[in-house]
Amino acid sequence: MAEGIRDKVAILGMGCTKFGERWESAPEDLAVEAFVECLQDAGIEKNQVEAAWLGSHFDEINIGKGGNFLGIALKLPLVPVTRVENFCASGTEAFRGACYGVASGAYDIALALGVEKLKDTGYGGLPDSPAFGQQQAMIGPNATAPGMFAQLATAYSAKYDVPMEKIKEAMAHISWKSHQNGAKNPRAHLRKLIPIEQIMGAPMIAYPLGLFDCCGVSDGSACAIVTTPEIAAKIKPNEDLVKVKALQVAVSSGEEALFTDWDGAGMLTTRAAATRAYNEAGIKNPREEISMMEVHDCFSITEFATMEDLHISAPGTAADDILAGFFDLDGQIPCQPDGGLKCFGHPIAASGLRMLFEMYNQLLGRWPEERAVKNPKYGLTHNLGGVPNQNVCSIAIVGKD
Amino acid sequence: MVGIRSYGGYVPRYRLNKMVIFGSMGWLNPANIMNAQGEKAVANFDEDAVTMATAAAQDCVAGFDRADIGGVYFATTTASYKERLCANLIAGALAASESVRTVDFGNGLKAGTGALMAALDAAAAGSANNIVVSAADCRLGKMGSVQELMFGDGAAAMMVGTDDVIAEYKGSFSTGHDFVDHFRGADTKFDRQWEERWMRDVGIADFVPEAINGLCEKLGLAATDFDKVIYPTYFGGARKAINKKLGLEPEKVQDTLQAVIGDTGTAQSLLMLASALETAKAGDKILVVSYGNGCDALAFEVTDAITKLSPRRGVSGSLAKRADLDNYQKYLLWRGMIPAELGLRSEEQRWTRWSLMWRLHKAMLGLTGSRCKGCGEPQFPPQRICVNPKCGIVDESEPVVLSDKGGTIFSFTSDMLSATINPPAMYGAVNFNGGGRYVFDFTDCTIDDLAVGGPVEFSFRIKHRDDQHDITNYFWKAVPVAEGAE
Repeated sequence: MAEGIRDKVAILGMGCTKFGERWESAPEDLAVEAFVECLQDAGIEKNQVEAAWLGSHFDEINIGKGGNFLGIALKLPLVPVTRVENFCASGTEAFRGACYGVASGAYDIALALGVEKLKDTGYGGLPDSPAFGQQQAMIGPNATAPGMFAQLATAYSAKYDVPMEKIKEAMAHISWKSHQNGAKNPRAHLRKLIPIEQIMGAPMIAYPLGLFDCCGVSDGSACAIVTTPEIAAKIKPNEDLVKVKALQVAVSSGEEALFTDWDGAGMLTTRAAATRAYNEAGIKNPREEISMMEVHDCFSITEFATMEDLHISAPGTAADDILAGFFDLDGQIPCQPDGGLKCFGHPIAASGLRMLFEMYNQLLGRWPEERAVKNPKYGLTHNLGGVPNQNVCSIAIVGKD
Repeated sequence: MVGIRSYGGYVPRYRLNKMVIFGSMGWLNPANIMNAQGEKAVANFDEDAVTMATAAAQDCVAGFDRADIGGVYFATTTASYKERLCANLIAGALAASESVRTVDFGNGLKAGTGALMAALDAAAAGSANNIVVSAADCRLGKMGSVQELMFGDGAAAMMVGTDDVIAEYKGSFSTGHDFVDHFRGADTKFDRQWEERWMRDVGIADFVPEAINGLCEKLGLAATDFDKVIYPTYFGGARKAINKKLGLEPEKVQDTLQAVIGDTGTAQSLLMLASALETAKAGDKILVVSYGNGCDALAFEVTDAITKLSPRRGVSGSLAKRADLDNYQKYLLWRGMIPAELGLRSEEQRWTRWSLMWRLHKAMLGLTGSRCKGCGEPQFPPQRICVNPKCGIVDESEPVVLSDKGGTIFSFTSDMLSATINPPAMYGAVNFNGGGRYVFDFTDCTIDDLAVGGPVEFSFRIKHRDDQHDITNYFWKAVPVAEGAE
């Protein structure tokens, strides 16, 4: 019986760039910025990094293929660099690779870095790309990410008989809350407080998602250096250790897209990955035990549905929890304490590591009072890549003993 | 007995009131007020002659076994390809056998009746049976032209064969005259015409009677023996003159549908024939004449079998399914007559990979999926391993045609971000009736027509246009069926 990853890996250091429209920065600049901060935090030398996992998503722009980018950008000493791409889970996948490298005993110290340079397309939204291959480009719908995620709302409304007005209201609260948090965060891209009325009245992007239901498009990079808890304790004898409690990935089986059993109101992958992650971490009651979350709010409806998929809110009740402030910074489980994708934007492969960066720093109590989560024990991060009917979900749980 | 076994019609949903055109362009050509009566049928942004002909052919073969189709003949002057047989696209969309005769007819407005005669002769010769003849046109006049007001878009189809014939073929008479009243060069987009008085007084008024008289002489009949007389022309004066010349009673002369559709080119005579067959009774003699660089005249006699033909949408059903296109500029953009800024996103290169298309052609053209022999679940596109998580058997499936199954909307959206000449892009997951699910583009609708659980039917449409390489790709879209409709 596999033991899982719980307590086998500790995070030694992390780095994260300011996210935003980094017109002045090449992807190399972003990677160096995140790495320098990470290395300093880890308290090691570059030549102690024995292996690296690089996450990046878009081939069309950004850094191209292969692991060379990272070796050359960081001038790594001929170490193995494995580039991983798994949609929006790419950053967490890089982290998973590094953790498995350490947990297997193959390496003592490994690097995970995610980087994405999106703002070189010349237009808004994500780059247009045949993400699901050439066949689907020929016969799939003329769809965008917001339009595919927007359908969660129509299917959810039909399944639970929750009026679209209430869903809209809850979605607006989600975005309002994230802007409340992001406004305090100097690394966030969008730092304005947005009134509920403005969110509700914004132009429609893809029914029923308005402008503020969609996260920004940004450039950014984030990274982590991981090692064993024993080595971490030697390097940082006087600090709390943030340990990896669970790492789970689930990928669609095709039944959501092609079979008629899926309810369309949430993600099968998230539901499966969450169950496995709680088992791996030894968490019995996530609603009581999870201290804080960074979830994949590419669109407010994604965060909405994810609250149920993570088994935090009971099916059909996400709107009630959201509107009651359960996920606000001063609520029971603060969600997106850093502002989320909503305020950071979503440089695809950087996002998962950016979320871990937030959980890690919250667990170590490094943030100022105004955006600190009180006494956190477990932090959960969640990515959802692709679209609701064919996607990859990654969940990481990190914690302090 | 050789003749017509079935018929189908198609008129696109959008209708452009001619006063809307005149309101925009009348300043350029004020005399066009004479032509600005009624409305014209306008192909949607994702329709062309191929898709309209497919829709008419689908209507035509409703209730028949598609495996029996022995040929597909397509007639048009507005094919999307000069080299690539469009009849194969229609045959593919009908999920017909690939061991059939497929022929494109074109280059003149007689091509519709030419295709019909070729099918009738093939059936008579015993060389092919159950040939679906479909004609469609989507002709363009320049902004401010007479043609812009007079031309309309539409299609009609006839299935020709030897069994259960509803209209027996009695014979034909043809003329070919190099009389060039309209023409388009090989690389020309817009129709060009000579003086209307000459077209009317020499072209229509002489050649139509010539063909009718030629046929009557051949068959030993008089024009007045026919119960329904079909010939195209939108010149009211010419119609009066011809009717008078031949002694035809106006009520026996079929309406051209000029006021509600417009002149549909190669489809015109067949569209009028489809319309006539909707109300025909056993024993009716029907005379069909086409016009364009000469004439074809064909005679039919309706049989008792017409009462057994299953109900179909036909021209009237299609006409009833309408929506106003109240925006002339939108029409211009749909037809590619003016450039518009669609955003940089629209300029991303999307290659058509022909080898991929060939592998996929049954799914893409015929909406053919696979049905698992284990659990019975249909799935699209075809899957080697059954997608039902409780089944999952490998390579045990059979093809299933889904295009005529219809379905219900499972989820939907209306998307302003997608690059399209007709925003918002509407799409969503559709559950096929009988099982299976796929995400389709919706068309011929507004967001108000979309609701979870709402019924849809499938329509073969332009999926993607690659202007750089002059490629039109086709696939199926879902069309919401209005409440109370069939």
